[in-house]
Amino acid sequence: MSTGNMNLTLKVWRQKNQKAKGELVDYKVAQISPDMSFLEMFDVLNEDLITKGDEPIVFDHDCREGICGSCSMFINGRPHGPKEGVTTCQLHMRSFKDGDTIVVEPWRAKAFPVIKDLTVDRSAFDRVISAGGFISVNTGNAQDANNLPIPKSQADAAFEAAACIGCGACVATCKNASAMLFVSAKVSQLALLPQGQPERYKRVQNMVAQMDAEGFGNCTNTGACEAECPKGISLENIARMNRDYYSAKFVSEEEA
Amino acid sequence: MSALNSNIPEGELTSRWTKFKSSVALVNPSNKRNLEVIVVGSGLAGASAAATLAEMGYKVKCFCFQDSPRRAHSIAAQGGINAAKNYQNDGDSTYRLFYDTIKGGDYRAREANVYRLAEVSTNIIDQCVAQGVPLAREYGGLLDNRSFGGTQVQRTFYAAGQTGQQLLLGAYSALERQVGMGKVEMFTRHEMLDVVKVDGKARGIIARDLISGKLERHFGHAVLLCTGGYGNVFYLSTNAMGSNVTAAWKANKQGAFFGNPCYTQIHPTCIPVSGDHQSKLTLMSESLRNDGRIWVPKMKDDQRKPTAIPEEERDYYLERRYPAFGNLVPRDVASRAAKERCDAGYGVGASKMAVYLDFTYNTERYGKIEANKANMHNPDHETIMRLGREVVKEKYGNLFDMYKQITGEDPYETPMRIYPAVHYTMGGLWVDYNLMTTVPGLYALGEANFSDHGANRLGASALMQGLADGYFVVPYTLGAYLSKEIANKALPLDHPAFVEAENNVKQTLEKLINIKGTKTVDYFHKKLGLIMWDKCGMSRSTEGLKGAIADIQQLKKDFWSDVRVPGSIDELNPELEKAGRVADFIELGELMCIDALDRNESCGGHFREEYQTEEGEALRDDENFAYVAAWENKGDGTFALHKEDLKFENIKIAQRSYK
Repeated sequence: MSTGNMNLTLKVWRQKNQKAKGELVDYKVAQISPDMSFLEMFDVLNEDLITKGDEPIVFDHDCREGICGSCSMFINGRPHGPKEGVTTCQLHMRSFKDGDTIVVEPWRAKAFPVIKDLTVDRSAFDRVISAGGFISVNTGNAQDANNLPIPKSQADAAFEAAACIGCGACVATCKNASAMLFVSAKVSQLALLPQGQPERYKRVQNMVAQMDAEGFGNCTNTGACEAECPKGISLENIARMNRDYYSAKFVSEEEA
Repeated sequence: MSALNSNIPEGELTSRWTKFKSSVALVNPSNKRNLEVIVVGSGLAGASAAATLAEMGYKVKCFCFQDSPRRAHSIAAQGGINAAKNYQNDGDSTYRLFYDTIKGGDYRAREANVYRLAEVSTNIIDQCVAQGVPLAREYGGLLDNRSFGGTQVQRTFYAAGQTGQQLLLGAYSALERQVGMGKVEMFTRHEMLDVVKVDGKARGIIARDLISGKLERHFGHAVLLCTGGYGNVFYLSTNAMGSNVTAAWKANKQGAFFGNPCYTQIHPTCIPVSGDHQSKLTLMSESLRNDGRIWVPKMKDDQRKPTAIPEEERDYYLERRYPAFGNLVPRDVASRAAKERCDAGYGVGASKMAVYLDFTYNTERYGKIEANKANMHNPDHETIMRLGREVVKEKYGNLFDMYKQITGEDPYETPMRIYPAVHYTMGGLWVDYNLMTTVPGLYALGEANFSDHGANRLGASALMQGLADGYFVVPYTLGAYLSKEIANKALPLDHPAFVEAENNVKQTLEKLINIKGTKTVDYFHKKLGLIMWDKCGMSRSTEGLKGAIADIQQLKKDFWSDVRVPGSIDELNPELEKAGRVADFIELGELMCIDALDRNESCGGHFREEYQTEEGEALRDDENFAYVAAWENKGDGTFALHKEDLKFENIKIAQRSYK
């Protein structure tokens, strides 16, 4: 079915389930077109495996346009592969050469246990959000949207933080498996907006507490997360979160 | 079966919803705690409904097949969300949004629902901003708007090219807040595989835990399907890989009529197919048509590079054919016009199935404005283009990057190549004014229902409808039903109806896995997609549709005798998930063709070759087809048609013209 002329060797992490022991398994793929996406190359491999009576490789993916945050392959030692600013689904085979050997592993972090093959459990992120990643406003309680002017620069900064897709590449690439970039992006988005002020300090405390409870590591300012983030989320967010986190102690003492 | 009752409240169009809200039966707080609501799907409609109902005090269970509710496909919507705020002072109003939507839908939507949608549109923007959704703003700090197709006002709110993402994350955070408070129980990586009915009413669902493969029974006093559209029946579409019709189709088999299945939207600006390895298509937002001009060469089979073709040898065919709306005609019109040019031999690119979307003109225009602002007199062309590109980049940067990543071409330097692709489905489960299907207690919201877009949806209206249904409509209309359910206790899960439903689901899964045939699920899905695209896509004919029905019936037989599903039932098995979804798509595909064949007119996205004007425009037949086709599944492979007549009391029905 493929129409190109690239031949590749893949070393892919196979693991039957969460408890099983995993291993890297070699696969050959042939006639790969440079216009294929990385996941389409996996489709070709999986179709082949199924036809041969083998089990296809399980991996998370959905929108295939870089926005849902599902896809999560650790390719040649980098989350989402060699190209900057893209997710796995937007990585195309033209980023590789004929004859390449490509190693594909799942995200590896204590807080992201492997479910099967390349699929991991990222529900820890949802629990961090439910601990405080919101503004407490019930439906129907809003005033007219233009009653609250927000300087463009501030709105833009909040938007940039909000661009996080929750894929977990930051955690996967961090030597400490820290989730600081993810958590700080949400903390920053809401801390930058006037709507987020009433809960600002409580929010950061609750989210950080949940982050710690999930088993994510600490931040040692290496910056790998920022370098590998497909959406360019900035380290500044971590600085902002830390400031708010320390301020929160004083604020809450004053309140108490 | 009795005639369909759309339950539209009495009274004037403009006061119906207000009157309804103030007179609908309420459920008191202590009773709400005992009423359980199941929400299937966590996109804009599902997340907003689940969050709001939990805020109101109901016990809510929410299900999604993704690993997190934040990944529902609403996340991928790019361009924007409409609201009749009139912040631009350009003459917008509730009535005008209502009118544009009815006209855009080619007069095949229900007036009462559309008016309500236009009314609540403004509340959505307020709610989202209060949640901290970072919508685009002007330098004065107020919200910005842009233009979308099918309207002459600027009423589209946006967040760069990621509006769906930002709105969904707003709804998701509202949902997660309720999860944290213990008021919503969230089930991720779960797929609904049947509706459970007792005494004719929806009483719960059977869901499969996708990790363990275990089937689960869940009770609900009401079940809300917020499960999106069925564009993946075409295999290639802009939908996510997992988007499917299964929940809606199971509901159809349980007695919920399916409304207007043949109304599908082919979006004019998508990245063209590059090869048979392609797994999905990528949209280039309609907002690009604000600043892009669409053209093909005037000469057939022109081999020159687009930048080498002089202005006078280009055919800006939308501006030529539709001077009043130009590049901003509605999607169905723009798509057909592109197909017409390509079929006539003027297409571009390797496949010749593409047209150009060119930003040069507006890049230059913006460049001149910027140069003026900077007091640069007589700037050279290069400076103008550089300044212009910066403006374009700020507006559409992420889309341009995406285009470059997929095609390997730089749209700042050369025009984009685009072609229409399946994007949205206006059809869906038939619902009444309360968003209830023909099964009592079973509701459908957002793209999963048929209700608001008629035969063609206008851009930036899907986000509006999903959030309107979830935040502002169903929280009220559900009370009308649940207020009568207070006396009904939760059913025990060993009730025979649950046992039977679970057994049926189990048998189907076992059947699929035991066929052990020779062809993969994708093989059948691609075959179905080709049949649908060729015969039930942008252009349809009696002969084609009849052939398609026969082909699909054969495909169904082949599927059930020769599909190969690897692995087992009791594990994470994406092939098994896909197999179940494709089995349902095959059956739906047949119904779509039946519906398209039955509708002897052209309207909106439904274009029947036999019914067109001399100029090639869609020719409606209001005398005979001003109705919603609601299809009852007879269970033996046949369908019965029920009609809901559409009455236009507030809008004069007319031929749709954008000239």
